Amino acid sequence: MIRFIGRRFLNILLSLFVLATLTFFLMQAVPGNPFLDEKTPKAAQEALKAFYGLDKPLWQQYLVYLGNIVQGDLGISYKTPGQTVTQIISQSFLYSAKLGIFAIIVSVIVGVALGMISAMYNRKLIDKFAVVISILGISIPNFVVASVTQYYIGAEWRWLPVSGLNSPLGYVLPTFALSALPIAFIARLTRSSMLEVLTADYIRTAKAKGMSPLRITLRHGLRNAILPVVTYLGPMSANIITGGVVVEKIYNVPGLGQFFTNSVTNRDYPLIMGITLFYAVILMFARFLADIGYAMVDPRMKKSSKGG
Amino acid sequence: MIAGGVLAACGDSNNGNAGNTGAANTGNENAAANNAGGEAAAPSGDQVFRMNLTSEPPTLDPALMQDNVSGTVADGIFEGLTKNDKNGETVPGMAESWEVSEDGKTYTFKIRSDSKWSSGNPVTAHDFEFSWKRTLDPNAAKPAPYAYQLYYIEGAEAYNTGKGDAAGVGVKALDDTTLEVKLVNPTTYFLSLVNFYTYYPVDKVTVEKDPNWANEAATFSSNGPFKLTQWEHNAKVVIERNENYYGQADVKLDKVDFAMMADSNTELNNFNTDQLDWAGKPTGTIPGPQIDKLRKENDPQLKITDAASSYYYIFNQSKKPFNNAKVRKALSMSIDRQLLIDRVVLEGQKPAFGFVPPSITGAEKSFREETQETYFSENVDEAKTLLAEGLKEEGMDSFPATTLIYNTSDKHAKIATAITEMWKQNLGIEVKTEVQEWKVFLDNRTNLKYDIARAGWGADYNDPMTFLDLYITGSGNNDIGYKNADYDKLIKDAYASADKAERVKLLAQAEKILIDDMAVMPVYYDTSSSLVKAYVKDAFMTYNGNINYNYAYISK
Repeated sequence: MIRFIGRRFLNILLSLFVLATLTFFLMQAVPGNPFLDEKTPKAAQEALKAFYGLDKPLWQQYLVYLGNIVQGDLGISYKTPGQTVTQIISQSFLYSAKLGIFAIIVSVIVGVALGMISAMYNRKLIDKFAVVISILGISIPNFVVASVTQYYIGAEWRWLPVSGLNSPLGYVLPTFALSALPIAFIARLTRSSMLEVLTADYIRTAKAKGMSPLRITLRHGLRNAILPVVTYLGPMSANIITGGVVVEKIYNVPGLGQFFTNSVTNRDYPLIMGITLFYAVILMFARFLADIGYAMVDPRMKKSSKGG
Repeated sequence: MIAGGVLAACGDSNNGNAGNTGAANTGNENAAANNAGGEAAAPSGDQVFRMNLTSEPPTLDPALMQDNVSGTVADGIFEGLTKNDKNGETVPGMAESWEVSEDGKTYTFKIRSDSKWSSGNPVTAHDFEFSWKRTLDPNAAKPAPYAYQLYYIEGAEAYNTGKGDAAGVGVKALDDTTLEVKLVNPTTYFLSLVNFYTYYPVDKVTVEKDPNWANEAATFSSNGPFKLTQWEHNAKVVIERNENYYGQADVKLDKVDFAMMADSNTELNNFNTDQLDWAGKPTGTIPGPQIDKLRKENDPQLKITDAASSYYYIFNQSKKPFNNAKVRKALSMSIDRQLLIDRVVLEGQKPAFGFVPPSITGAEKSFREETQETYFSENVDEAKTLLAEGLKEEGMDSFPATTLIYNTSDKHAKIATAITEMWKQNLGIEVKTEVQEWKVFLDNRTNLKYDIARAGWGADYNDPMTFLDLYITGSGNNDIGYKNADYDKLIKDAYASADKAERVKLLAQAEKILIDDMAVMPVYYDTSSSLVKAYVKDAFMTYNGNINYNYAYISK
């Protein structure tokens, strides 16, 4: 097991190194420099480039950059020179993470509940209704959900704030936009695995013993049916937290998402690198944890790690 | 001043393309109603004004500024030697009076002694000397991208480029309240220049004590009507009345709240639900289709003003057949500008048959009124003849494969499509269009890697020179390969002239050459449109489409 984890960990480090290298050279290959601007004279652009060491040969810049990341220094944002990349990422990620965690919790609770109800009333009207809802949730992109709910619920009917996270109510719409798809997905996962479980022998035994259907579903059904949802949780969490770019923009959440695109248009090299690596670390660790999870659950994995 | 910085991402992509201003309204009937200032009403209700910056101000240190998001905040918290009054006229600011020498090259400013920095330090002539030299310092902690804005001052360019020293710079505090400034040329618009953010002073004591003073509200010091009280990076900026400011009586707002909403629909929804008092230009955007709708509904909240900005196309004159003036003229004369504005741009711009926009001042009135309004007219038949002649002169049988480039924006795309279609119909030529990401586009344009390109220029200061010296030989902004000795000479003479009327004559001659040569192809003079709540009074747009909220108040 420890060897498995160690190998996985080395893998991650290697991937990060390759990613950092590729991103570094790709971003430098894009035409236009960070200080290119209609109203900034060439001489001033050159002075700025020299100030940030961009006048040196690329390989030197690369080595300096690698040296800095190893020491945990991600540099200063070129666009907003008063802020370091670490500052920007830590401040804005807090917003993304807070909103993301709400969305994850809502997705799991609502998704599982919807899936269960669906399974319990299999092929009845309520099930068909739930299926339609989940198909809608999966097929409508989150930015459409965000724009439409903002316009109607926020601007037209004024039930909830249009944007911003200034009050608890402000979280409602963005959370909904972020969780619509995961809810639908979880509902479908839960429904199908629940249907499978409900035909199992021990459920029949429970039924024969005269337990109430609700109790059977909750106590015996859900426990077994929820496994696929748990495995989906890892990638889903990473996706929600890192994938809210458009939803964050629409709801004016000062999260990390905006910087992902802006840093590229601004050619803000340190910020591009910083965010790419940060997202990569999050995604890779989410998978890493999921892998360890599998390894612990799967008996074959246990055996092989004992044997090896 | 840069007329852009609208979306942080596109922030840059909009930087400087004054042409991006979203506006609507055909006439200027709205422009008159633009300043709520005329109405007499007393301040009532919470004196808080809320507007959208769209993105984080890249810096609030005047030395490092180069965009109008930063400028919009800076205009409230800093004040230069002069300022604008409620009518947009240049009046004494930190300098209570001044004298100009006979030759127009030496200014002696008397700094007022009744104003202090928000930190409590007095504002002195030394602050100005320190600030300007700090901006020019070639070994500054960080190079100032707009240092060249100070090159009007004697010795400034030499010092900034490492060829001179600080002592050689023509700015000197003779005592605490006397500032002497020596200029290279008699610059007739110098008094309005010192109202630009690069010329704003910084608090010498504070800056010397803490090099990172400008990064957070807690360590910030400023001398304007407002002071920075909250700066939550990438989320909001709050400025509040500065009790150390001498002009207390004129400041009616207690607070200005700047939001940073990157999405234009979000901005509009917030305006409509009373979460913003001002939306749209200068630092926000009203979604294009909405402007058209609001105009048709005659919404009184929609305000449209001239933006002192030209939208035009440029030709790569180092390339055949665009080196031929007849070809360039043919392209320029064969489009219908009014039709383009009425059917495609839909934002009430004015068709341009010159280069300097109407809101730029001449000697007394506007430059356009004092000179020729138009230098050419649209004429398809003549265009056809000119094209045929031009191509023949260049030894070409037919119009070669040509591409028009523009930067990413729906508006630029629509305009490019319409203009190429007009060329196709009227001249029978095919011009392909190609969209490019902002920095790629700029890179190609500055390196003359294009055939025809979109361009836009917004005024840096209120003088025709800000447009006309772009295309002198060797200018960093001459991205069209234009070389004309007569033109260069006229501009140089205008630089040296201290006589306003004579300058206008020289500049008008230069503009005539530029347009007779069709060195650039004017399309329209741009406008700025914004949405303003009826209870906002005395907030107005400056000549170049920036907001002045320093005299504003709320009357609910």
